[in-house]
Amino acid sequence: MSLGRLFKKIFLVDLFQGLSVTFGYQKPKYICTEQYPAERPQVAERYRGAPRLNNNPENDETLCIACNLCALACPENLIVVGSERNEQTRRKELTTFTYDLSRCMFCGLCEDACPVDALELTQDFELASYTREGLIWDRQMLEEGPRPTQYKC
Amino acid sequence: MKAASEASMPDSTFLDSTELVLNMGPQHPSTHGVLRVILKLDGEKILGTDCVIGYLHRGVEKIAENRTYAQFNPYVDRMDYVAAVSNGLGYCLAVEKLLNIEAPPRAQVVRVILTELNRIASHLVWLGTHALDIGAITPVFYCFREREEALNIFEKYCGARLTTHAFRIGGLQYETYDGFERDVKAFCDMFPPKVDEYEALLTGNRIWLGRLTNVGVLTADECKEYGVTGPLLRAAGVKWDLRKAQPYSGYDKYDFEIPTRQNGDTFDRYIVRMQEMRQSVRIIRQAVESIPEGPIMGKVPKVIKPAVGEAYVSIEAPKGELGYYVVSDGSTQPYRVRVRPPSFVNLQALDRMVRGALVADICAVIGTLDIVLGEVDR
Repeated sequence: MSLGRLFKKIFLVDLFQGLSVTFGYQKPKYICTEQYPAERPQVAERYRGAPRLNNNPENDETLCIACNLCALACPENLIVVGSERNEQTRRKELTTFTYDLSRCMFCGLCEDACPVDALELTQDFELASYTREGLIWDRQMLEEGPRPTQYKC
Repeated sequence: MKAASEASMPDSTFLDSTELVLNMGPQHPSTHGVLRVILKLDGEKILGTDCVIGYLHRGVEKIAENRTYAQFNPYVDRMDYVAAVSNGLGYCLAVEKLLNIEAPPRAQVVRVILTELNRIASHLVWLGTHALDIGAITPVFYCFREREEALNIFEKYCGARLTTHAFRIGGLQYETYDGFERDVKAFCDMFPPKVDEYEALLTGNRIWLGRLTNVGVLTADECKEYGVTGPLLRAAGVKWDLRKAQPYSGYDKYDFEIPTRQNGDTFDRYIVRMQEMRQSVRIIRQAVESIPEGPIMGKVPKVIKPAVGEAYVSIEAPKGELGYYVVSDGSTQPYRVRVRPPSFVNLQALDRMVRGALVADICAVIGTLDIVLGEVDR
């Protein structure tokens, strides 16, 4: 055995060479694992997640004009829009809005159909619920958005 | 007593009769979904197979009859869910043909970019899972790493990663986002060296060669008999690609080659698909340089109500010829939508490919067929 090989054997050079490859992949730029509940992923701006009914930021009134176009556009027929006519202004006003998330496939046809940008699919993606009823969102829930439990680490 | 028992003894004893019926699936991991294969074996040798499908049947074609043309669009993504963009393209082209309209040039180029990105993503899923079936664990991680980049572009473009619903009848719903071209170019620069990396892992590998060469051979004539299309047909030496044969969406403007091989075995199909990924990058490069300005949506009526008639459009999906046959009775809902799925047709050839082979080969053959059960069962 030559002296070089003996040196390699005693000081485990091959082992360290191998481990240097392993630990080389620990560089931050190679790490793809997301520490999910602690560190939330940044989804794309156009992400189609939880639906939201937008309010007018100036007077906090709903933007929805109760035209029912979203309900007609929906392939799964899961939107129910309730409205009544205001006798003073002679306009239709939104009363109730139900959105059944358990049947939703997030195709985005409802937000495309909305003429006033009232209904929008947002970046919220944590929509799990313990009950089926919890997935049927009413107007209040749609305006406020989901509030998933935040875990601190 | 002894004579009677001798008389009732069957010709072959338990030890002589080696014929065995074995059930594989529907939960077997290398059937890539919920395919059930009933195998008739003689020892390790396969005497015949019988495929049981339908575990993922959702009645998509029937759903189409109860939806408007636009409403059915998201459902087609759920057939071949690893290549949802191609499905959307096929359906949109079929309805556009029925309406006698064409998407504007800008929409067509963006469609080509996204479809080819999806072809790469689909082939990456195939490569990873196929190699995993054979026993090479590493490629699946590499493939999914690069697929992530393609899916990120989809997510940024249309807001969904898998069931994209990227195209609409008559064009596109979404304008390209800021930095779309930069992202696509970055992908094109990043991707070809990664294909070299996969090839370095697999192409010359003795185990890989031993498991794939001369396994599941399907000659050109057999392919034509079964109606097999896509990389399987091209690996048998037939230069048939619908992007060249019947160009759609402006594919005739791009310069690319149809990779073919001669033997038609599993290894050739592997090589053809690897080459196809490189060609897809080539198409994307040309397309992203030539995105014209202009509208992204053609003149489509608000309520889509095609005249009475029918249209068949087939496109080259990652898995083969994907056809959509749409019949209109003049109402807002299609009278009938029939899908010609490549996976379903290609799966028919399974029995021919594995007959006489060994049990271990069936995993390689199902992998090389590149089936998606969502599309087989619909």
